[in-house]
Amino acid sequence: MITSLVEGVRPRTLIGLLVLLMLLLGAPFVAGDYLLTVLILFLYFAYVGQAWNIMMGFAGQLSLGHALYVGLGAYTAAALFVHFGVGPWLGLLVAVPIAAAAGAFVGFLAFRFRIAGVYFAILTIAVAEFARIGFEHLTWTGATAGLFLPVAQYAHNDLWNLRGHPVMFYYVLLGATALAFIACRAMLQSRVGYFWLAIREDEQAARAVGIDTFRYKMIAVMISAGMAAFAGVIYAFYYNNLFPEQVFNISQSILIVLAPFVGGLGTLFGPILGAFVIEMVAEGMRVLLQWLGIDLPGTNQLFFGVVLLLVVIALPEGVWPWLCRRIGMEQKQ
Amino acid sequence: MPAELYLNVAIGGVLTGLVYGLMALGLSVIFGVVRVVNFAHGEMMTVAMYIALTLFSAFHLDPLVMLVPIAVVLFALGYALQAGLINMFIARPEHSQFLLLIAIAIIIVNVLLILFGPDSQNVQTAYAYESFQYGPLIVDATKLYAASTAIVVAAALFGFFRYTQLGTAIRACADNQTGAIVVGLNVKQLYALTFGIGSACVGAAGCMLLLIFDVTPSIGPAYTLLAFVIVITGGLGSMPGAIVGGVLIGVTEAVAGLLFTPSAKSMFVFAILVLVLLVRPQGIMGQRTA
Repeated sequence: MITSLVEGVRPRTLIGLLVLLMLLLGAPFVAGDYLLTVLILFLYFAYVGQAWNIMMGFAGQLSLGHALYVGLGAYTAAALFVHFGVGPWLGLLVAVPIAAAAGAFVGFLAFRFRIAGVYFAILTIAVAEFARIGFEHLTWTGATAGLFLPVAQYAHNDLWNLRGHPVMFYYVLLGATALAFIACRAMLQSRVGYFWLAIREDEQAARAVGIDTFRYKMIAVMISAGMAAFAGVIYAFYYNNLFPEQVFNISQSILIVLAPFVGGLGTLFGPILGAFVIEMVAEGMRVLLQWLGIDLPGTNQLFFGVVLLLVVIALPEGVWPWLCRRIGMEQKQ
Repeated sequence: MPAELYLNVAIGGVLTGLVYGLMALGLSVIFGVVRVVNFAHGEMMTVAMYIALTLFSAFHLDPLVMLVPIAVVLFALGYALQAGLINMFIARPEHSQFLLLIAIAIIIVNVLLILFGPDSQNVQTAYAYESFQYGPLIVDATKLYAASTAIVVAAALFGFFRYTQLGTAIRACADNQTGAIVVGLNVKQLYALTFGIGSACVGAAGCMLLLIFDVTPSIGPAYTLLAFVIVITGGLGSMPGAIVGGVLIGVTEAVAGLLFTPSAKSMFVFAILVLVLLVRPQGIMGQRTA
């Protein structure tokens, strides 16, 4: 099992990955509270970006509504915890199927009727918006007033109920990100992965050689949605409050897609690098503005937009493929 | 009485829907010709709304009077955007264009936020509370003026594309880009003109909508989405479709707001979108392409 996982990985890459893992494992020991929250955000977006990448990066279906699956995961686990005292890990068993079912619904609507490209993207936004307005009227989950989890006591870490210090969330997210990375690599090297790439590159040709494109696109959207739901569960228990306006907002969906886009679409390392670059830019900007004494709402976001614009113009494939060429490592397909 | 109430609300919806239609027309024209989806469409409209707002509060200039100069400003903005940035991205993949326009949208929203603050603002015209009564029907004057202006602007646009040489050239680009290059058209310049025209449309629509709704810097994405829903409902690339879709969505919003709560009205708009995608994916007036 272990040997099959590292099969075909060059020793240099493997060592690099191990060093990175060590660094990330050790980070909480040197990072202060503030830096830790930044790192948690980085891992969160790396993980959820990896989940999104399965749909767009692998299977070529542009989803701009992934906040839907994250939000469903968050609300399901939180509601079960608040109303029935069900812990997050058991809640996950309900949250993931619900999100996957939502993914199947969107996929069925779209793929049955050959809705693709821009139309598909709009459909995903619309369904997420539909969910947002729906949750704003659902009193069982607090509607617009929000759903609150009992606030954690930092005295001891309760991993089973996910109540505790941010360090615990950091390690849970680190584990999830590492697992997602390994799972994505395994999928890419499996039959399903090759079918996805075939669909991404040329759907008609894929169908012509006998791939059941509907089925494999459905698999992609359901896996992606289910993985995103886990991120939602963490979100709910980390922040302890959920508002439809925030959780299901289009801007959340856009934040989710930025990391893989910036890092490199369809690459395994893209979402992780992209999330890191974005968090660093965002935080660097904040520090710089503070140092300059500029305190206008929107300034930070404005510079963020400008950086994004420059990245899109200068590095259209993303940072990771560019970095690979720079350090003389050719891109593995 | 209820029947009259519904009729009045529906008429209000039709009038608002005509303005929505003009907004969506801009998006449709841009997509139909340049084949780029303008994800910053609603944000560009808020730019126009804030220009109109500033002119109104500083000089008491009516947004409907200022419509032409504001449309010209938006035309220039759109032209510069296409000529300076988007033309570079024409041959790039769809998601790359999407990211470019998202970046532009983020920049617009935050520049407006810095300049005008996060509070919602509106204009109070002298005719804000006037209405016309035709028997049992009461028609809001503001909406009637706005909708009439929208019809005039849309008609001018139809005329431009149908009867002028430049309009014909742009349609040629839309039908067959390679063919247009072969016969010697400057496609890139025509693209820039088209993006400018689409932006002018949405700018004009912004001036009208400012009379009906409040504006905040963060309202842009909602209008972008609304424009998409209208264009897909009406048929992407179909100009009459955008107007028909706008009216349909306007009426749906108005009636749903009356039957349920106003905050849930968008749910019905999205339900219509899903229905259209299921039953007639090419839209009401769209032609199915192979």
